[in-house]
Amino acid sequence: MDFRITKEQILLQQLYKEFTEREVQPIAAEIDEEERFPEETVKKMQQNGMMGIQFPKTYDGAGGDNLAYIMLVEELSKACGTTGVVLSAHASLCGAPIYEFGTEEQKQKYLKPLARGEKLGAFGLTEPNAGTDAAGQQTKAVLDGDHYILNGSKIFITNASHADIFIVFAMTDKSVGTRGISAFIVEKEFEGFSIGKKELKLGIRGSATCELIFDNVRVPKENLIGKEGKGFGIAMKTLDGGRIGIAAQALGIAQGAIDETVKYVKERKQFGRSISKFQNTQFVLADMQTRTDAARLLVYRAAFNKDNGLPYSKEAAMAKLYASETAMWVTTQAVQLHGGYGYTREYPVERMMRDAKITEIYEGTSEVQRMVISASML
Amino acid sequence: MKIVVCIKQVPDTNEVRLDPKTGTLIRDGVPSIINPDDKSGLEAALLLKDQHGAHVTVLTMGPQQADLALREALAMGADEAILLTDRAFAGADTWATSLTLAKALDELDYDLIITGRQAIDGDTAQVGPELAEHLQIPHVSYAKDIKKEEGNLIVKRMFEDGYHLIRVKMPCLVTALSDMNTPRYMNVKGIYDAYREKTVKTMTFDDLKIEREALGLKGSPTKVKRSFTKGAKTAGKLYKDLDEKEAARVIVEKMKEKFII
Repeated sequence: MDFRITKEQILLQQLYKEFTEREVQPIAAEIDEEERFPEETVKKMQQNGMMGIQFPKTYDGAGGDNLAYIMLVEELSKACGTTGVVLSAHASLCGAPIYEFGTEEQKQKYLKPLARGEKLGAFGLTEPNAGTDAAGQQTKAVLDGDHYILNGSKIFITNASHADIFIVFAMTDKSVGTRGISAFIVEKEFEGFSIGKKELKLGIRGSATCELIFDNVRVPKENLIGKEGKGFGIAMKTLDGGRIGIAAQALGIAQGAIDETVKYVKERKQFGRSISKFQNTQFVLADMQTRTDAARLLVYRAAFNKDNGLPYSKEAAMAKLYASETAMWVTTQAVQLHGGYGYTREYPVERMMRDAKITEIYEGTSEVQRMVISASML
Repeated sequence: MKIVVCIKQVPDTNEVRLDPKTGTLIRDGVPSIINPDDKSGLEAALLLKDQHGAHVTVLTMGPQQADLALREALAMGADEAILLTDRAFAGADTWATSLTLAKALDELDYDLIITGRQAIDGDTAQVGPELAEHLQIPHVSYAKDIKKEEGNLIVKRMFEDGYHLIRVKMPCLVTALSDMNTPRYMNVKGIYDAYREKTVKTMTFDDLKIEREALGLKGSPTKVKRSFTKGAKTAGKLYKDLDEKEAARVIVEKMKEKFII
């Protein structure tokens, strides 16, 4: 066992920290307020090789690993939950399934520009009537010569209005249930494909969460990922990996809220002394950091397992469950310790609290994580 | 063009605290960084490389831990890194440091040497100019801009109230100001390359043509007699809401009280 970070990770964390402080933190409140997608940040991340850290150099990635990648999601999320999820949806939900399940041609054509960051990725599984019950897919794909014809719609799709490449799930054979779901790569330019309404959300308000509409979209046969009917497995495997990204986002939000709170309680004076001198403040802070460190160990373990070819489905579920619930608890305590000011937009903790909530919901609710974990036990 | 950038790894003084009892720096847990002036010097070299093509070598004298600063420079885009390290170099003042660097540079090819103006942990601003003297090459200090014009450089040398534009022939040495540019970020791929593809070359005393006594503590004419922390000051008194006349009167009165005027 070794809990020390490597020399490479020391420099990576230094880069992530500098980048977040200079590029992400200064606009975090603004993109939340304006519900604006942080395009400029994505461009800068592309320039610094941050959009495809975990993919091999042969596919234009940085040749790093999942641990290095989720450390970036964590650091970005300390300042801005939106920026964290933009990267996580791009890399974990779009790049990863092409890398893990795609053909060599698909990797050349789609993974390379994704890894370079020239193209942004998204993932479309959820539908109005297929959330946690992902098997209830209504979007259909019918084979017609060299193409599949897609009809239907997806909702709550992260990055949608700014993405170029989409992983989309559709029923190729409704009669066999989940074994009738297939996965496709859809380009934003495909005819009949359009982006529908954008959701107005409680948190991560800069992330572009929209509807996808498929109206007789002709998807070339070679854009099928894996075999017909294997989509459900691909979706579940992809979400196992994605959960590590969301767990890292939650972890970052929690740590960011702690860092802000430590600064605040040292400055804020009540009853003639700094509120950091009160035992309540000290004890709450101690619990906040202890839980967050525990979350970090779970998150890093899940990434480590994925990097080392070990099972990680249960570990990712535990990491996401614990980190997201920790983020919600920690940010709530952060607002409490800030008092009335914490409830205002003058301080970032109210935004962090709003951002934290979604981590308990998307890419599998906390309840789904508990199902995954207990299924491995019983 | 061959550029050698001399850098120094320093404690991040933004995060340094002094031990109130001993008056020395508390270095535990303080992150080390590339000295800001040096980092801008490196950026200036990388910009010259981007514009005109150049081979950029980073050179540092320091303990083994300085390897991290060199890897960071490699991850920013430097081509080669050299760590000058030996017990014989320990305890060097600016004279012995610049002499050691000069002897290392005698073994290297260069058209341009860039150093930072000064290091945030010592603030002497002596090593760069001394290095140029040892090497008997011209130097321009306090550079805010470096442009290449055929075989010459045009360097903007800053003064408090203005600047000179100086044309200088290479080989030469320039000392860089941290506000001359914003250093680029490391690149993620660059970080992996810095550890996996590139190496940090080590030079020791044995690689230099000089006698041992001229270097390190022995070779240092500067002797530190004592270091101490300035005595604590009281909080002072704040006069609020005075008009100009009243404020002037109070200032004069207080200065008289303290025998300043």
